[in-house]
Amino acid sequence: MNKLQNILRGNIRQYGMVIALAALLVFFQLRTDGIMLKPINVSNLVVQNAQILILAIGMVMVIVARHIDLSVGSVAAFVGAVAAILMTKHDVPWFLAVVICLVLAAAIGAWHGFWVAYVGIPAFIVTLASMLLFRGLTLVVLKGATVGSLPQGFKDIGSGFLPEIGPDTGYHNVTLILGAVAALALVVMDVRKRRATQKYGFDVLPLPLFLLKNALIAGVIIYFSYLLASARGLPIVGVILFALIIIYSFVMNRTVFGRQVYAVGGNVDAATMSGVNTRRVDFLVMMNMGLLAGLAGLVTTARLTAANPKAGTNFELDAIAAAFIGGAAVTGGVGTVIGAIVGGLVMGVLNNGMSLMGVSIDWQQAIKGLVLLAAVAFDVWNKRRTASGGGAGAEKADATAPPPPELIEEIEELEAADSGPPGPAPAR
Amino acid sequence: MTGPILEMRSITKRFPGVLALSDVNLTVRRGDIHAICGENGAGKSTLMKVLSGVYPHGSYDGEVWFDGSVVEFGNLRQSEASGIVIIHQELALIPELSIAENIFLGNETAKRGVINWDAAHHRAIELMARVGLAENPLTKVKDLGIGKQQLVEIAKALGKDVRLLILDEPTAALNDDDSAHLLDLLRGLKGKGITSIMISHKLNEIEQVADAITILRDGRTIETLDVAVGAVDQDRIIRGMVGRDLEHRFPDHTPEIGDVLLEVSNWSVSHPTDHSRDVIRSVDLTVRHGEIVGIAGLMGAGRTELARSIFGRSYGGRFEGELRLDGKQVELRSVHAAIGAGIAYLSEDRKGLGLNLLDDIKTSITSAGLGKLRRGLTVDEDQEVVVAERFRKDLNIKAPSTSVGVGKLSGGNQQKVVLSKWMFTDPQVLILDEPTRGIDVGAKYEIYGIIQGLAKQGKGVLVISSELPELIGLCDRIYTLAEGQITQELARGEFTQERLMKHMTADVRQA
Repeated sequence: MNKLQNILRGNIRQYGMVIALAALLVFFQLRTDGIMLKPINVSNLVVQNAQILILAIGMVMVIVARHIDLSVGSVAAFVGAVAAILMTKHDVPWFLAVVICLVLAAAIGAWHGFWVAYVGIPAFIVTLASMLLFRGLTLVVLKGATVGSLPQGFKDIGSGFLPEIGPDTGYHNVTLILGAVAALALVVMDVRKRRATQKYGFDVLPLPLFLLKNALIAGVIIYFSYLLASARGLPIVGVILFALIIIYSFVMNRTVFGRQVYAVGGNVDAATMSGVNTRRVDFLVMMNMGLLAGLAGLVTTARLTAANPKAGTNFELDAIAAAFIGGAAVTGGVGTVIGAIVGGLVMGVLNNGMSLMGVSIDWQQAIKGLVLLAAVAFDVWNKRRTASGGGAGAEKADATAPPPPELIEEIEELEAADSGPPGPAPAR
Repeated sequence: MTGPILEMRSITKRFPGVLALSDVNLTVRRGDIHAICGENGAGKSTLMKVLSGVYPHGSYDGEVWFDGSVVEFGNLRQSEASGIVIIHQELALIPELSIAENIFLGNETAKRGVINWDAAHHRAIELMARVGLAENPLTKVKDLGIGKQQLVEIAKALGKDVRLLILDEPTAALNDDDSAHLLDLLRGLKGKGITSIMISHKLNEIEQVADAITILRDGRTIETLDVAVGAVDQDRIIRGMVGRDLEHRFPDHTPEIGDVLLEVSNWSVSHPTDHSRDVIRSVDLTVRHGEIVGIAGLMGAGRTELARSIFGRSYGGRFEGELRLDGKQVELRSVHAAIGAGIAYLSEDRKGLGLNLLDDIKTSITSAGLGKLRRGLTVDEDQEVVVAERFRKDLNIKAPSTSVGVGKLSGGNQQKVVLSKWMFTDPQVLILDEPTRGIDVGAKYEIYGIIQGLAKQGKGVLVISSELPELIGLCDRIYTLAEGQITQELARGEFTQERLMKHMTADVRQA
């Protein structure tokens, strides 16, 4: 009984923002008479928010490493502008232009990394300077005008869809197949992980809950692919985005480098004294943010079919808000890629839903501001209330706050007994 | 007015699980310079915090009588209003403000909130003259040497009409001239009727200026020596400071000592920013395979600085001298290189430098040796759990699983996690800086066992500790360190607390 409670508590915590996102979707679905989850609207939701979600991935890594990047909007605009100029004024093939621009973006990120990691200037200052610098350079490059008439291949990055194959079923076949494969892969991976964990004799989620969890996840993925397949199929930016989520989740969770980012953010001095090259970590994190900002800039330019001097305005604020809504901690060391994506989707759904309901843009801004504050306040309050177990994001408040009475009792009991049997492993 | 200016009667102060002060009595005569001596952790600072209201009335038992009446300070401001000013070892000046601004910080000469700077500067010059500080009051404090900063602190105290001045290790960071000037100043203030309490490890200075000396040990008053009554010399003070039984039990241990493993020769290290100030001076030391070597020194002697400078130059600015491992000269320019060469350093600051409190047990244990778990691109997380579980069992880390956050563990178990972390890097030399600080007795005993087990495997262990009985019980050899220099090397059988303390308080400059 107690065990079940622990698991539920841990999981509600872990999936708190997911539940909030689902609640938002249901709310808007009801208030907009079903427009919210219409295939075409879901498709739009992905395409319109892709650039913020791409930025949120990089931003959460920067925030975990206890920095910030205010320049991403300006860098996105600048890189997009350079791409447009290369393609229209210098007749560079679009794929080559993309490669050049990504290298340029990584170089801009490396520039930030140099000042932050090796000179020791706070990232806030360095990227504030770049925010002004690259907004200015964007105007210089574009000579203050919008540059359009981009090649179709490039525009497809922002607004294209996967090609269709096979018979005409009324649905987008490739998308359906990809959705089914993804759902199957996730379930297979989770089953294998469960077996491995059991092999070491550690506790796992009870079987009914495990099945329920997998059924839910698989169901959501299949439903989502069904929605997309009913419209125009999976957008190309969607493919890019899913690839990035998988790659960066892997990097942050499974690699030595990911561990080092969390270590540097959690306690930079302890990381240094454990032999972590903290400067290198800071440098790479900032460089990566530059790269992703450039990619977001290309995607935006492609979707808008033109480079615009005002493109990317306030992107940095949306990306930062996404990371914090998704559970990142201002003090560093806490945050996940998936969390930032969910945070970004919460913002995107709010935007989209309120637009559908006819809420004016000024009120949308105000409401989004309050949502950010409420999300973080809820998180802080929740951590204070229940301070046990949980994932990486769960332990931030615990470090400073005293542990809850029941946990102290548990630990004291264990310390009294010479060696206790292994208890339940909190969900990570 | 006669009678003592200050009487603290039966002061008892408890922290959760720790009795910091137990029935402490302190009587300070009017116009005296009264020294308080004791080992690290004897309760000197706690007693001064009770006096100055940092620990407010009600949080301790006993009475404080100041100038003939009972006082019940709720905070520092109230004690200052009565004329008790404390100057901490870590100076509380604001570097970016001027001397005058610092002197009047929190005590501004203001009329309706507006500061009259002309009046303030005029008064600052007066106060500075009283402490013999000839500087422009507009000079920023950061541009002053540490000795002059100390004088600014005293001028600030005088500005508050101080009647009882408390100085915590006032000369710890000062050079000879500045120290001498400060001691003269204290004598001068005494002539003007200001009573001082001085906490110091430098027994020769105490001998020079103190009128009375109170010795604390383990949170109790041991004795008060009156200089007027009979001559007090350093040996007499040392006897009072250490006179205690070896109450800790140590596991049986037969050392099997091999060849020289770590050799540090002529090692000098400067302060990280002030390269002209040597913190470690020409240190020579060796650690052999299977040997447990102690470093005994008082706070500020440079113990941690020495250890960290060896550990990949993680402390210091300029380095001289050589390091040899198994006879081969090594250049360890980073922590990474030091770990790679087989050196581990367990920090005295467990929460600041040892652990990421957001981590769980298993990620903490593997954080310094993550390379060993690398499998292709990924960290082998299954293997990680196996490793962590092994340490949890071997070192008896008391937690329900290795997924528990280290922030939730007791000090003893946190320390075992940090020890596991360093053992996982498979080092040859382990430098353990205060390995049992803030740990209960049971866990201490276990950690002694672990340390001896490491020595038995042929590893060299260098232990830094403020607790002399711990060093005496554990070590095969002990170096004493004072003001960044090795003052003596003693082998097992030669060391007693008195001998160690004598060399730890040795005046290096006269030697």
